Amino acid sequence: MLTYITRRLVLSVPTLLLIALIIFLLLELAPGDPMAQMPLTISAEVREQMRQALGLGEPAPIRFWNWLVQFFWIEPQVMIDNLFGTSLAEGKPRIISWQHHAPVMDIIWQRLPQTLWVVGSAYILGILIALPIGIYQAYRQYSVFDQAGTFVTLVGYSIPPFFTGPLLIVLFSVQLGWFPFVYDTTHQVSDWESFTFQVKQMILPVMVLSLQTTAQISRYMRASMLDNLDQDYVRTARAKGLSEARVVISHVLRNSMIPVVTVIALGMPAIFGGAIITEKVFGVNGIGAQLIGAIQANDLPTVQTLTFIFAVLIVFANIVADILYGVLDPRIRYD
Amino acid sequence: MKALLHATAAVCAFGTYAHAERGSDGQLNIIYWQAPSTLNPYLSGGTKDLQAASLILEPLARFDETGALQPWLATEIPTVENGGVTEDLKQITWTLKEGLVWSDGSALTSEDVKFTWEYCTAEGGGCAQIEKYGGITSVETPDNQTIVVNFSSPKPYPYTAFVGAQAPILQKTQFAECMGSNAVSCSEQNLAPIGTGPFVVSEFRPNDVALYNANPNYRDADKPAFANVVLKGGGDAASAGRSVLETGQFDYAWNLQLAPDVLASMEAAGKGEVISGFGTLVERIMVNMTDPSSDLGPERSTVAHPHPFLTDVTVRKALSMAIDRELLVEIGYGDAGRTTCNVLPAPEIYASTANDACKTQDIAGANALLDDVGWEKGADGIRAKDGQRLSLLFQSSTNAVRQDFQVVLKQWWSEIGVETELRNIDASVFFGGNADSPDTFQKFYADVEMYANNFDGTDPEAYMSNWSCDQIPAPENQWQGNNMPRYCDAAYDEMALKLSQTASLEERAALAKAMNDMLMQNFIMIPLVDRGRVSAKSNSLGGVILNTWDSELWNISDWYRIKD
Amino acid sequence: MTDRLAHQSTRNQQFWRQFRRHRGALIGGVVFAIIVLGVLLGPMIWTIDPGYPDIRARNQGVSWLHPLGTDQLGRDTLARLMAGGRSSISVGMMAMVLSIGLGCLIGMAAGFFKKLDGPLMRLTDLFLALPLLPLLLVIMMLFREPLSRSIGPQAGIFVLIVFAIGITSWMPTARVVRGEVLGLKERDFIRAARAIGATNYSILKQHIAPNILSPIIVSATLGIATAIITESALSFLGLGFPPDFPTWGRQLSDATIYMQDYPGRVFWPGLAISLTVLSVNYLGDGLRDALDPRQQNLRK
Repeated sequence: MLTYITRRLVLSVPTLLLIALIIFLLLELAPGDPMAQMPLTISAEVREQMRQALGLGEPAPIRFWNWLVQFFWIEPQVMIDNLFGTSLAEGKPRIISWQHHAPVMDIIWQRLPQTLWVVGSAYILGILIALPIGIYQAYRQYSVFDQAGTFVTLVGYSIPPFFTGPLLIVLFSVQLGWFPFVYDTTHQVSDWESFTFQVKQMILPVMVLSLQTTAQISRYMRASMLDNLDQDYVRTARAKGLSEARVVISHVLRNSMIPVVTVIALGMPAIFGGAIITEKVFGVNGIGAQLIGAIQANDLPTVQTLTFIFAVLIVFANIVADILYGVLDPRIRYD
Repeated sequence: MKALLHATAAVCAFGTYAHAERGSDGQLNIIYWQAPSTLNPYLSGGTKDLQAASLILEPLARFDETGALQPWLATEIPTVENGGVTEDLKQITWTLKEGLVWSDGSALTSEDVKFTWEYCTAEGGGCAQIEKYGGITSVETPDNQTIVVNFSSPKPYPYTAFVGAQAPILQKTQFAECMGSNAVSCSEQNLAPIGTGPFVVSEFRPNDVALYNANPNYRDADKPAFANVVLKGGGDAASAGRSVLETGQFDYAWNLQLAPDVLASMEAAGKGEVISGFGTLVERIMVNMTDPSSDLGPERSTVAHPHPFLTDVTVRKALSMAIDRELLVEIGYGDAGRTTCNVLPAPEIYASTANDACKTQDIAGANALLDDVGWEKGADGIRAKDGQRLSLLFQSSTNAVRQDFQVVLKQWWSEIGVETELRNIDASVFFGGNADSPDTFQKFYADVEMYANNFDGTDPEAYMSNWSCDQIPAPENQWQGNNMPRYCDAAYDEMALKLSQTASLEERAALAKAMNDMLMQNFIMIPLVDRGRVSAKSNSLGGVILNTWDSELWNISDWYRIKD
Repeated sequence: MTDRLAHQSTRNQQFWRQFRRHRGALIGGVVFAIIVLGVLLGPMIWTIDPGYPDIRARNQGVSWLHPLGTDQLGRDTLARLMAGGRSSISVGMMAMVLSIGLGCLIGMAAGFFKKLDGPLMRLTDLFLALPLLPLLLVIMMLFREPLSRSIGPQAGIFVLIVFAIGITSWMPTARVVRGEVLGLKERDFIRAARAIGATNYSILKQHIAPNILSPIIVSATLGIATAIITESALSFLGLGFPPDFPTWGRQLSDATIYMQDYPGRVFWPGLAISLTVLSVNYLGDGLRDALDPRQQNLRK
């Protein structure tokens, strides 16, 4: 197992470099212009000068090399500097956003908290709700609970967040006045009162997001459980006189987890990636909003950096999933 | 935020003095659904960024709500009459008010003004407002209060440098290290400029939120009434409108581009009111005078190939006559729009009345016109002449109102026998000048396209020169240029040249009007709606005067909380 | 030969018997058939042009003239719902088939053949990591003109949308399928099949495929919903159908802003999408039960 993990980690380096290159080429090829959001009153010559000031005059290979150096060499130094108060990176060029002329990594750190709070808790909540629902639905297949669960989760999944978001705003903020709906990113949690405020302002976006997660994961859980409930080993286990709970939890559930683990692992990087529409509707302004804003403004350094971090998380989440397969089903071996 | 609102309410309840003291009205909450990304207006032309910076940075003079110039940091507006502008129009002299200080306490001097010019015109700085400083050969500072600006050639309209929200004064000590190619990497300065305005920035998160406190050194000891301002960005126009009009979580929302009935139903909640004002923004259709056919390869939409039927002025005229502009206003803009038959609708002295016939729809007339010149309706109801069908590709940027307009325009044009295919393109591609993309509004690979345009300030000289021959986008100039219709007329170019040499306001107005009429009567562009700015304010916010010529937050030092 | 045919026909009969016994599948099938027939044949009965803006009759409520009312430009909601259904269902189904097909192919190949596992899964990682919007912009920029020139603008855009959605959504299915196959291929019955000399192809077809149906059907059901919504996002960005072309997703997103004043306008497209997804889900459930070898044995 250890050699397998090491091999995967070592192999992920060239993979990630290749992914970085492909992302870069894709962004180069995409039509778009960092000047697109400038007012039309600014003339063509000025636009060209502004492009040159952003460094767009340099040939593409040099810009890619600069980005690699900045991302892998200078930004880690900045991180060390911030942690230990050293000054390794002083005066070295960092990855600068074309939109706000500030280091991209600084903005990411600024936005990570609200993304983790909102998207992260929605994801965890979604999983926590989805697993028992899926398990019980499968265990009592075609019961009223199963049918109702299917109905609610599928309708929930069919209705996109661009609709559920405003719907919840109208219901809970406008009509009932219970929750605020413009997220305050500068809010600091320091005591009980500020914590309840934080919970209140998170409720609506978390509801929208966890609905999607719940629907997706509970469907996979239910299907996989159904597959395993009729297997011979379940009958054997029951015949051995094991309690029903033990049969379901330690035998069926464990064997049903592979597709569920896959789906959960696939969703993990998305926590960092944020939720574009929901973040926008509620003004959460997390990483998702940063990414879509950067794409629309053609802020290539930001898009490249965010997408690459995202790629790193995806590669690692999938390694974790592969390791978990081996843990869940010892027959799976990778040597 | 709610907790803070309660705190504010408490402060208000106990405050016995009205709005007579700085900071006595607590917190002001403003929402901009497009979030500001920087506070340095010279590095970004975006309206949202200019407005967020206008709380901090101030110009020598700015426009008021009527479009008239008001001295701001200067004592008066220099003119030829008061001797501030020389007779040869090559020099203007500004005088700073006495005793002005930056928010850090240091004095504002003419050196700072001169530095601002040097900063924007420095090589490699990519200054977005460099045209405001065009033609300046030198800036002299005979003393701490006086700034003398010299132009290379007579400048009939010298009020662009150091004027308006686009060109405010920067502090020399703060930005001295940020000249030229260093400008972009000076993130600390760009995100927290020191200014003379009523507020200072306390925290700025790009594309998210800006927090401001009252400037302790502001020149008026009693202002601003608010102690701090939260300028929240993000969300969409609908949620911004709701947060002011329906829940009262915010006091002021900027630029609510929403359908009129949606806005009206939000306003009915009674928490706030919608305010609107008009500027120079006109939604218009550009008519392509060149052939966009894909068979022409790299010569598509270039002057080498005239358009097969849009070069016929009767077709262009018929397209305009078929439009019911009143209805467009009603569908898309409500109180925030009005019909117009000009691309130069304002200020008052420039607005022509010669083309007002377009305000009434005349489908029968348009049909008759086309019949007369031999465009015959075929079996499918589409007109054709010599085998050339009247079939249009109509492109626009993605925007709910524009797509609605496209649908009804298609319907009206079908009633005069013109077939229309619709396309919408993401704004970041459409308005991007990327020469490799086939879908930009400059390349104009379509027969007609629709978007809105305006001009900064109140002087239309640069705007009207957009339709001179040398502004035609072409492969030779990487498709840069503003003459989307590819219109080229020596007589028009001559008038544009004359405008740039004329000083008298009356003569300038007459010229600009004549240029507008020439474009309109040739139907090179088809104006649709004069679009206003729509914002919303809560009922408890006083002192707001909506200004479309400058930053909407231009008089924020006068804003206050209305107490009951 | 006759033996095999007979065997085949009993299997088909068995399949149908099993399928009909599944009440949910039957109801799902009927509802789905009604929706499909409705959007296909409906416009022949309800002949109002879905694109005609009757501007004087904007924002109308329910009436005999407009049974489901009109939208903000006076277009008939019922006619638009039927026209929108044609495009949404066909895009949803085709894109789902493409995405599931690609996902299964890659997932099965990666899970079954050890040599392919590494490269294919790294490819999956790459596709998961690519930023969607620039990718779609590039696809549209490169292929829109050539496609619309060779097969016409309407068909060209349709193919492009299906392709764009399919190519950007197969990855979860591939990962899920691979995970299942990895577990399955170490099971005793697969080893037994291999020991008696079954070919890779027949093992994949006879033993692996039927046993990974459940997650595939879940993916397919969710995939239709995702495809219908993604289509509306594409059109909204100007990467999809022209703006006057109705689809359910576009109707829903256009109407969201009006939900307080005209709730009917969001209700109908929302209901149409949900019903389609629900009916496909139940159909899939029935299909799975009917095809699952174990469940047949169990219920004999």
